Amino acid sequence: MDTLAPATFDVARIRQDFPILSQPQARGRPLVFLDSGASAQKPRVVIDAMVRCMETAYANVHRGAYRLSELATNSYEAAREATARFINAVDAREIVFTRNSTEAMNLVAHGWGRGVMKPGQAVLISELEHHANIVPWQMLRDDKGNELRVCRITDSGELDLDDLEMKLADGKVGLVAIAHMSNVLGTVTPVERIVAMAHAHGAKVLLDGSQAAVHRRVDVQAIGCDFYCFTGHKLYGPTGIGVLWGKPEHLDRMPPMLGGGDMISYVTFEKSEWAPVPAKFEAGTPAIVEAVGLHAAIDYVTAIGMPAIEAHERSLVDHATSTLATVPGLTLLGAAQDRGGVFAFALDAAHPHDLATLLDRAGIAVRAGRHCAEPLHTRFGLENGTTRASFGLYTTREEIDILAQALTEAREFFR
Amino acid sequence: MSGLFDDLRDLYQEVILDHGRKPRNFRRLDDADATARGDNPMCGDRIELFIRRAPDGSIADAAFQGRGCAISTASASLMTETVKGKTADEAKDLGAKFRELAMTGVCPDCGASFADEMERLAPLSGVHEFPSRVKCATLAWHTLNAALDGAKEASSE
Ligand SMILES: Cc1ncc(COP(=O)(O)O)c(C=O)c1O
Repeated sequence: MDTLAPATFDVARIRQDFPILSQPQARGRPLVFLDSGASAQKPRVVIDAMVRCMETAYANVHRGAYRLSELATNSYEAAREATARFINAVDAREIVFTRNSTEAMNLVAHGWGRGVMKPGQAVLISELEHHANIVPWQMLRDDKGNELRVCRITDSGELDLDDLEMKLADGKVGLVAIAHMSNVLGTVTPVERIVAMAHAHGAKVLLDGSQAAVHRRVDVQAIGCDFYCFTGHKLYGPTGIGVLWGKPEHLDRMPPMLGGGDMISYVTFEKSEWAPVPAKFEAGTPAIVEAVGLHAAIDYVTAIGMPAIEAHERSLVDHATSTLATVPGLTLLGAAQDRGGVFAFALDAAHPHDLATLLDRAGIAVRAGRHCAEPLHTRFGLENGTTRASFGLYTTREEIDILAQALTEAREFFR
Repeated sequence: MSGLFDDLRDLYQEVILDHGRKPRNFRRLDDADATARGDNPMCGDRIELFIRRAPDGSIADAAFQGRGCAISTASASLMTETVKGKTADEAKDLGAKFRELAMTGVCPDCGASFADEMERLAPLSGVHEFPSRVKCATLAWHTLNAALDGAKEASSE
């Protein structure tokens, strides 16, 4: 019954890699950080790589014919190659660096939605999406008239594949945009199935991997999707850098969103010619130091091994599922078969915001609210939002026990 | 018995828990002269406030509906109790003093003018130690200003 992580995964040792985890907190309690789904903590190697870049090898990229600029350019492009390997892209040129996954999805809404899709084509999302995968499509709809369809989810928080099939059936959907893992329900969606269904009806597929890419090995070729995005700061990397992967033939057809330096091959006052991908989408000075940090983060999780991380998190999910069930008055949101380490819940006696204030006193960092997924909370009749605990590779079973104990006491406090 | 959260009793005093669980004046006023909606977009708190004026312009009745955390609900509940009988200017003045209390924990120049009212509202002063919660306590008062000024919406952002 106990699905223990492989012996090579030593969480105590891993915790030592994260300086913040040993920082004394207010009132001398250890930090119980259960908000990695919002943004993860940074290992020493990421911090050091960024400092080292600035101390020894920093200059603008793609511009100077001098050694430092070449060094910086090499580091920046090496980050692209590491990212391509990380998700098994065929070629590093398929990797576009963005600010975060929100920008990546907006880039697809702009480049593919406005630039390639026809106004008569629809976009199909789902009820479990983050606002970042809702609002850009509403903007596209309001701007160009593309219908926005929403695939239902079941009460257990899984995609309703019958509804998906029904909403694809008329062949009008040009793009299916769906989260690979929900940031509220923890649900991991059956992406291979979704891709097969969408492609059978002539629709392309964008997957929001903001959560999934952190918790399991992503292979874009095996999944077969058309676009995939994720965000550096949730993957133990820095803020300010995200990734859009796209099939090269799609990226080639997409017009850029921003114009400026570095994205053109030829400029006169009459016209400019765009540079080839990915430079076409990276106008202006990019997040150089952040790319170096992302590279270090990717190397870090790769060295530990995504399968080992996944196994560790699976054991945490099992533990949390059974432990949280013992907290009186607690209702878990979502009960998907395939799920990752994100648990949103409601406690009968306490509003999420009050609960977060209490838990903070106990040194436990959780998020309260609607987690940028307001329609999802409305779907479950939870207008007040939920409290969410989300795990990272450094999360321990003891931390989940501390949470469960604190929740039980918090309920007494408010009753 | 000592509990994990004992030192939070300053923030969640019995009065607040009580008003949070059983808010007073929690109803619609069908004959309201002024209503306003208050939103706290950060946490999803939302209230709808109803005011009925007496012939002399003072606040004859105040009531609210909505959803929110214990602090915002208790604050709205206590507010509807304390502003009854006040003129619009008095109610706004009281609101300004309350906001100072919520942000700093004290209100040195509250003087004697609203001594009783401020004493009733004092249990909410604990929020000043929780910057992210001050807005919960002040939402109702922002909404009151909006209603008195004839605006339809208020936000505590
Ligand atoms: C599923 C999902 N999509 C998109 C995002 C947006 O990520 P970012 O804010 O880095 O753009 C998040 C994170 O908040 C997320 O969890």
